[in-house]
Amino acid sequence: MTELKNELIRHSAAGLAAKLTAREVTAVEVTQAHLDRIADVDGQVNAFLHVNGQEALAVAAEVDAARAAGGSAADELHALAGVPIAVKDLIVTIGQPTTAGSKILEGWHSPYDATVVKKLRAAKMPILGKTNLDEFAMGSSTEHSAYGPTRNPWDLDRIPGGSGGGSAAAVAAFEAPLALGTDTGGSIRQPGAVTGTVGVKPTYGAVSRYGAIAMASSLDQIGPVSRTVLDSALLQEVIGGHDPFDSTSLTDPFNDLVAAARVGNVAGMKIGIVKELHGEGYQAGVENRFNESLELLKDAGAEIVEVSCPNLKYALGAYYLIMPSEVSSNLAKFDGVRFGLRVLPKDGPMTIERVMGATRAAGFGDEVKRRIILGTYALSAGYYDAYYGSAQKVRTLIQRDFDAAFAKADVLISPTAPTTAFKLGEKLDDPLAMYLNDVATIPANLAGIPGLSLPGGLADEDGLPVGIQLLAPARKDARLYRVGAVLESMLEEKWGGPMLSQAPELKTAVLGAVSNTAGGSN
Amino acid sequence: MSVDATLSFEEAMEKYDPVLGFEVHVELNTKTKMFSSAPNVFGDEPNTNVNEVDLGMPGVLPVVNKTAVESSIKIGLALNCKIAETCRFARKNYFYPDTPKNFQTSQYDEPIAYDGYLDIELEDGTVFRVEIERAHMEEDAGKLTHMGGAAGRIQGADYSLVDYNRSGVPLVEIVTKPIEGAGSRAPELAKAYVAAVREIVKNLGVSDAKMERGNVRCDANVSLRPHGRERFGIRSETKNVNSLRAVEHAVRYEIQRHAAVLDSGEPVIQETRHWHEDTRSTTSGRPKSDADDYRYFPEPDLVPVVASREWVEELRATLPEPPAERRKRLKEAWGYSDLEFRDVVNAGVMDSIEETIAAGASADVARKWWMGEIVGRAKVADVDPSELGVTPQVIVELNKLVEDGKINNKMATQVLDGVLAGEGTPAEIVEKRGLAVVSDDGPLLEAIDAALAAQPDVAEKIRGGKVQAIGAIVGGVMKATRGQADAGRVRELILEKLGVEG
Amino acid sequence: MAAINRDDVAHLARLAHIEMSAEELDRMAVELAVIVDSVKSVSEAAGEDVPATSHPIPLTNVFREDVVGHTFTAEQALSGAPDAYENRFKVPAILDED
Repeated sequence: MTELKNELIRHSAAGLAAKLTAREVTAVEVTQAHLDRIADVDGQVNAFLHVNGQEALAVAAEVDAARAAGGSAADELHALAGVPIAVKDLIVTIGQPTTAGSKILEGWHSPYDATVVKKLRAAKMPILGKTNLDEFAMGSSTEHSAYGPTRNPWDLDRIPGGSGGGSAAAVAAFEAPLALGTDTGGSIRQPGAVTGTVGVKPTYGAVSRYGAIAMASSLDQIGPVSRTVLDSALLQEVIGGHDPFDSTSLTDPFNDLVAAARVGNVAGMKIGIVKELHGEGYQAGVENRFNESLELLKDAGAEIVEVSCPNLKYALGAYYLIMPSEVSSNLAKFDGVRFGLRVLPKDGPMTIERVMGATRAAGFGDEVKRRIILGTYALSAGYYDAYYGSAQKVRTLIQRDFDAAFAKADVLISPTAPTTAFKLGEKLDDPLAMYLNDVATIPANLAGIPGLSLPGGLADEDGLPVGIQLLAPARKDARLYRVGAVLESMLEEKWGGPMLSQAPELKTAVLGAVSNTAGGSN
Repeated sequence: MSVDATLSFEEAMEKYDPVLGFEVHVELNTKTKMFSSAPNVFGDEPNTNVNEVDLGMPGVLPVVNKTAVESSIKIGLALNCKIAETCRFARKNYFYPDTPKNFQTSQYDEPIAYDGYLDIELEDGTVFRVEIERAHMEEDAGKLTHMGGAAGRIQGADYSLVDYNRSGVPLVEIVTKPIEGAGSRAPELAKAYVAAVREIVKNLGVSDAKMERGNVRCDANVSLRPHGRERFGIRSETKNVNSLRAVEHAVRYEIQRHAAVLDSGEPVIQETRHWHEDTRSTTSGRPKSDADDYRYFPEPDLVPVVASREWVEELRATLPEPPAERRKRLKEAWGYSDLEFRDVVNAGVMDSIEETIAAGASADVARKWWMGEIVGRAKVADVDPSELGVTPQVIVELNKLVEDGKINNKMATQVLDGVLAGEGTPAEIVEKRGLAVVSDDGPLLEAIDAALAAQPDVAEKIRGGKVQAIGAIVGGVMKATRGQADAGRVRELILEKLGVEG
Repeated sequence: MAAINRDDVAHLARLAHIEMSAEELDRMAVELAVIVDSVKSVSEAAGEDVPATSHPIPLTNVFREDVVGHTFTAEQALSGAPDAYENRFKVPAILDED
């Protein structure tokens, strides 16, 4: 049984789905195997803030019963029914706490489900639990979580990326085959890059934001986290689609992603290298792996072209004006009145204004406060035109740059992040240095275009994962999956297997009974 | 609470020229809220007409109510505004417990309607054009109740309770351009303007327009400047003006107060004031700052509204008869003279009369009751006639009782008073009080005999041909029957008895 | 472009309703000044003629029919309330009248 469990968790979601459909294994076995894995290793990784064992097993049991019953009950099961998934703790779930990685929502139970969660439930995918993140998705290392950092399974002294380090680490550590993340400036893609997993930010509006605790409304998207490109395509097809509860959601069906991942060739496609998104400022080992991917794609019959997006030099600045501005407004609702933490001032008059002030002072971490203040400043009377207003114009310029680039290329390519995973604590004292991690991922959020990161190999100098980023025009997410799947298969052929097979084995605790809460506060 | 000094209105007008401005908030009567599908219903149990969106829970998003947009466009058209070809929503950021997101989703520099006007007819027929700056869409806040302090006031309250049922209800805010040149008619114009807006939105069917329920709310801005000066004076904004009378009184009071301040050589403080109906005065709220930093920015969760010209024309075609035209039509239908009709309109009972006619009364009967009996009583009680507590059904019932001869007109007014005192329906009161016209001639003849016997000389006069003297006998009979005789019938019987032609 | 100083931060903290100690204000002023400095090039990037983009994907007229949907019971609505009384959210006294 132990070995079987150890094998089970190594499969991709597609692989598990096949085994489940073929009834080689039950959904309960699959879910239990993952719950056991979480119990084994999450003490070291700290990917999970909450483990949802009871409900997950109940859903798995339902799947098994339907399959056993046969007939329409079995036929109507979704292809991924019984495949477990972890959910970033920024997405609301009935029956489990949603903390946003913050003290201000410690123990808060949402009375409603996010739309994507409703879709997971409809597909009967057991939800293993909620994963760790930088508080309110603000960060690139998950070190800003109020519940302790998550550690990179490749090297437990290093960051797993952020803000969605928990989801990426959980998938990298085989605690879950799939996870949901959110990406505002790279929070799915950058963790994907540094943990050797796949992460996708769909076109803005392709996946409903309803139930994702808002960070920057015009930049946020929920997206898939997985170990293979096909798995992300499968997941995006589950969670995507128009949502009448989200006014910014698109009506495009986005039902061609899995097919695209299976096309298997890139013949005749033009792949554009973005001059501004590699080279200077990028770690040598990252550049090397990037160049290798270019060669492989050339070998596969794609044409590599050079494009330039000169306004990308303003992207970081525009992002750090637009994002905090929207954050400052979106986080105003956390005030101790209707839900969450309420802190009373220790002395002085007991007014609601002071209770709000004390609650937010105690409940928010430093990075969150920094961004709220910055955003309040950027929107202030007298500063709007110079800051927020200008940044929105830069957005226009960047969209135009991408439009011009996509006239020359079908997809664009770059390293996902300038460096491999740095050590925990290394960039905590220098917010600006931390922000630079997102320099290659931010432009996609500003423009609303989709982006995918897949493992591109290990850097020579440190043996740590490097991510390759693909970008496509808005609504053309399918192209990412087509090119991504081809590149992935070529790279895996080169490596003799998935890159994650090269990851160090985590020490496992004594395999015992399932615990319902793992991780917890560190 | 110190009382502010005021100048007399006349003195204030001698020295200063008032400039007015109004922000009227209209609550739409859509079935659901502006940005969520929770019910838009008045008065239910607290926090039962809310969902996660209305509570501003983490992760929620707004979705625009199409009917609210259409209603807003209709209001804009009725106010002769231009309708924006494209407009966006904006966030107005401020912290307050009744505002669940701690920002209000509103419109800032892109209102859906702008640059309109309304021609206001005053009581004497003078027409005044009020220019409308804009009308925009926004959402209402929840309701705060302050506990522990004096009389539900915010000062001194220990704690407050919040009900979010009202949070998210669609509002249209109508803002005027500065209104100049009203002079001493300013208070009158203020009332007439708000009444006109109220009438329009009610007529459009987009709002219940009950001021007492907060369906139409008015913030009045007042400033004074010395005669002849172009620059506006510093203004104050008065909130909590909940009725048409209050609008008139508040504007008048603020003019008087500003005048006293200016006369004393002090500058007027730019602030928000609260109107108090009980003391007929305003008190100071918090200082109004045009620099209140709301940090407006376009609402990223909502997409622009594009009002194509086709759509606007479709909506324009559905607009009902404008109130001014309706008035003309009703006057003709009812057959009132110009003066009679104007009195009816000025008294504010035109709608009530229309309702009463619909309930079964004739135009003349309706007017007789509303103008003759109710308006006077409303004045004494210091309320608007429609708020006195008389329904069209009561009038129809009263009138029928009189027409059927069950009671006479004098009794009918007594019964009306009984209805107002809460004694029940007209029929119940007639029964309870034992009012009934004595229609049986028997008792009448007895009373007549007694009265004639008591006043023999009067009887002689009548027999002699002095019919006018009959009044004394009638009076005697009425007294004896405690007013329950039909005076006309009594007179007939007396004449019969005395064998005299009347 | 004005640099951001301690008084600015204090004012912003008040606007944002976050209580901050003197030490925090000082620290934040320094950190924010660095960030503000680094983003200021943005204001020079685009000319007058460049329109602002507030929504990355252009959509218009997304509406909902005026039909009642789901509501909470008062219990659900108040389920996370830090303090409540008689089915309403309870908050300490408000300083400012609106």
